[in-house]
Amino acid sequence: MSDERRSNTRRVVNESGIEIKPVYTPADVEQSGGFSFIGEPGAYPFVRGIHPLMYRHRPYTMRQYTGFGNAADTNARFKYLIANGQTGLNVAFDLPTQCGLDSDDPLAHGEIGRVGMAVDTLRDFEIAFDGIDLDKITVSLTINGAAPQLIAMYLAMAQKRGYDVRKLRGTAQNDILKEFIGRGTWIYPVEPSVRLVGDTIEYCAQHAPKYSPVSVCGYHIRESGANPIQEMAYGFCIAKAYADEVVARGLDIDEFAGRLSFNFNVFGNIFEQVAKFRAGRGLWAKIIKEQYGAQKPESLWLRMLAGGGGGGLTFEQPEINIVRGAYYGLIAALSGAQTTALCCFDEAYTIPSEYAQRISLRTLQLLITEMGLADTVDPLGGSWYVETLTNQMRQRMEEVMAELDAEGGIKALIADGTIQARVSAQAYSTQRAIESGEFPKVGVNCYRNETAEDIDVEMHPYDEEDGARQIADLNATRRSRDATCVRDTLARLRSDAQAGRNVMPAIVEAVNAYASVGEITTELAAVYGRYREPVKF
Amino acid sequence: MTRTSPIRILLAKPGLDGHDQGAKVVARALMEAGFEVIYTGLRQTPEAVVRAAKDNDADVIALSSMAGSHVPFCEKLTPLLEKAGLADRLCIIGGNLPKRDHDHLRQLGFRGIFPSSSRLDDIVNYVRANVP
Repeated sequence: MSDERRSNTRRVVNESGIEIKPVYTPADVEQSGGFSFIGEPGAYPFVRGIHPLMYRHRPYTMRQYTGFGNAADTNARFKYLIANGQTGLNVAFDLPTQCGLDSDDPLAHGEIGRVGMAVDTLRDFEIAFDGIDLDKITVSLTINGAAPQLIAMYLAMAQKRGYDVRKLRGTAQNDILKEFIGRGTWIYPVEPSVRLVGDTIEYCAQHAPKYSPVSVCGYHIRESGANPIQEMAYGFCIAKAYADEVVARGLDIDEFAGRLSFNFNVFGNIFEQVAKFRAGRGLWAKIIKEQYGAQKPESLWLRMLAGGGGGGLTFEQPEINIVRGAYYGLIAALSGAQTTALCCFDEAYTIPSEYAQRISLRTLQLLITEMGLADTVDPLGGSWYVETLTNQMRQRMEEVMAELDAEGGIKALIADGTIQARVSAQAYSTQRAIESGEFPKVGVNCYRNETAEDIDVEMHPYDEEDGARQIADLNATRRSRDATCVRDTLARLRSDAQAGRNVMPAIVEAVNAYASVGEITTELAAVYGRYREPVKF
Repeated sequence: MTRTSPIRILLAKPGLDGHDQGAKVVARALMEAGFEVIYTGLRQTPEAVVRAAKDNDADVIALSSMAGSHVPFCEKLTPLLEKAGLADRLCIIGGNLPKRDHDHLRQLGFRGIFPSSSRLDDIVNYVRANVP
C-alpha cells in the first residue's frame, strides 16, 4: 500500500478502546503475547472452549427468557417454547418478586405480573412447573435480591415432586452485586447481600451439588452502558468477591467453583465480542488456578450463557432487530457459549409475543442445523486478528481488575456508588456518540426510514386484573397454611440471621410451610437493614 | 422577564423499575445544558415524588419509566400534585411509553412525552421552550 493511501485510511477504534489495524499478520500475534496462552479446546487455559468437542458433543442450550402474569400464564408459555424445541427454561419474575415484596404490598401496585411472573409462595412454583419434567429440561431463575427464597422454592417444589435434589441441575442468576450497578433490584445493604450469596453457594455445595447457585452477570453491567472490557472485568471482580466470601467460611475452592457460572452480553462488533469471550475464558481459568489454587479442571471452566443483546437492539425499525438477533446468535455460537438466549425483535416495546419468541428460537436452531456452527470447535481460532485481539483484551481486563483492587475493591466501590458513576458516564458518552453519528447505528443515525408509517408491533395484552387475581390467590394460600408452622419457621429464620448462621436451611423450612417471599424478606431486613443507594452519577 | 435562576428539574424514577441508566443519561444532558437537576434515585412512590418536588421547589417534574407501570403511577401522582399546589409545574415523562398511552398521559398532565429513542437535545430544547 502506498504511504498516501495508508495515511488516508480511516482510523478504527473498537468499543474497548483498541485500535484496529487494516491487516493482521503473525507478527501482531507475537507482539501481543503470542499463542502461548491459548492452548487446545478442553485444556487449560480453555481459551478455545471448555470441552474438547464442544457443540459436536452437545449443542448450546437454547433458553429464551420468559415469564409474565401469573404462574399459570407462564406455565403455558413454557410449554409452547418446549413444544417448539427450546432446550432450557429461563424464568422472568415481576418486579415485586424481584424486590422481595408480596403482591399485596402497596409498592407492588401496578407492577404485578407486568415484566415477569408473579411469585408469592411455593404454590406459584408448583403451578409454574406443573407438567414440566425437570430431569429433561434445566431451569434458570433470573432472580437476584430474592434468590435465597426462590432457590429454596425451586428445590422444595422439585423435592415434593419426587426428584433427588442432589442430582437436580439448574441455575439462579443470584448476582446481587451487579444489581447495585444496573437493574436495581437490590434489597439489603452490600455486605449482607454478599453474605446471602455465600449462604446459597455453601448450602447448594452441601445439599444440591449439581445446582449452580450463582450465574455472575456481566450482561446487565454491559446493558447499563459498560464497554466489553468493563463487562468482563467487573464481572470477574464480582465473582471473586463471592468466591472470597465462601473460601473465608472454610470451603475449598474445588467444592464450589465448578458450579459458578456466568452470563454475558453479545451485542457489538462480532470480532471484538468473540475475542472478549475467548479472553475472558482464559483469564478466569488463570484467576481460579493461580489466585485460588484450584485443582479440578471443572473449577477452571468459564461456563457461560452468551445472549440477550437487548442493548444493541433499536426502537427504530424493529424488524431489523431480527437480523441483529441472528448475528448475536452467531457471536454466541462462535464464542463457545454453553447456553444462549436472544432478545426478541419487539422487546423495546413489549413483553415478546409468541411469534417473536419463535423467530428468536428458530434463529438459534438454524445456526446449528443449517449454518454449520456446531461442526467444529472455535472456528475463528488461529485468525491472526482474533488471536491478537484476544491477547489485547485479556491484558486490558487484567489492568481494569488490578485498578479496582488498588482502589479498594469492588464491594467498596459499589457501596459508595463509584462503579455506578463510571458505567453511567460510559452510557452517556455512548449515547452522545450515537446522536452525533460518530457511533453508527443503522436506522437510528443512518439509513433512517424518514417516511415510515407507524410501526405495527403486536403489544402484549397486559391484564389489569392480574394484580387482583394474584392477591386473591395469595390470600387463599395464607388461609390454607398452618399459621403456627409459618410463625415458627420465620422466628427460626430471624434468629439464624441474628446469630450469623447460614440462613438457607431456615428459608427452605419457611417456604415448605408456604411462607411468602415478602414475609421472609421482612425477617431478613429486620436483621440486615435495607440498602439506601448513593445517588451519584 | 428573563429568569435569573437556573431551571430546576426534579427527575424521578417511579415504582420498582430499576433500569435507571436512561434517567441518568438524561440527567447528565440536562445538567450539561445548564439546568439544575435533582435525581431521586430508584423506587419512588407518588407521595415521595410530590414531596421532593415541593421541597426542591422544582420548575419541572420529570419521570423516567421503562417497566410498563407508568399509567397506574401517573394516575396516582396527578391528584397528589394538585393537592400540593404543584399543578402548574411542567410535567414530562420519558421511557418505554407505548403510543396508545400518550393521550391518557397528556390528560393526566404530562405535556412532554419522550418515548425510547428520543434525542437528548430534543428533551433539553423542550424544557427550555416550555418553562417560563
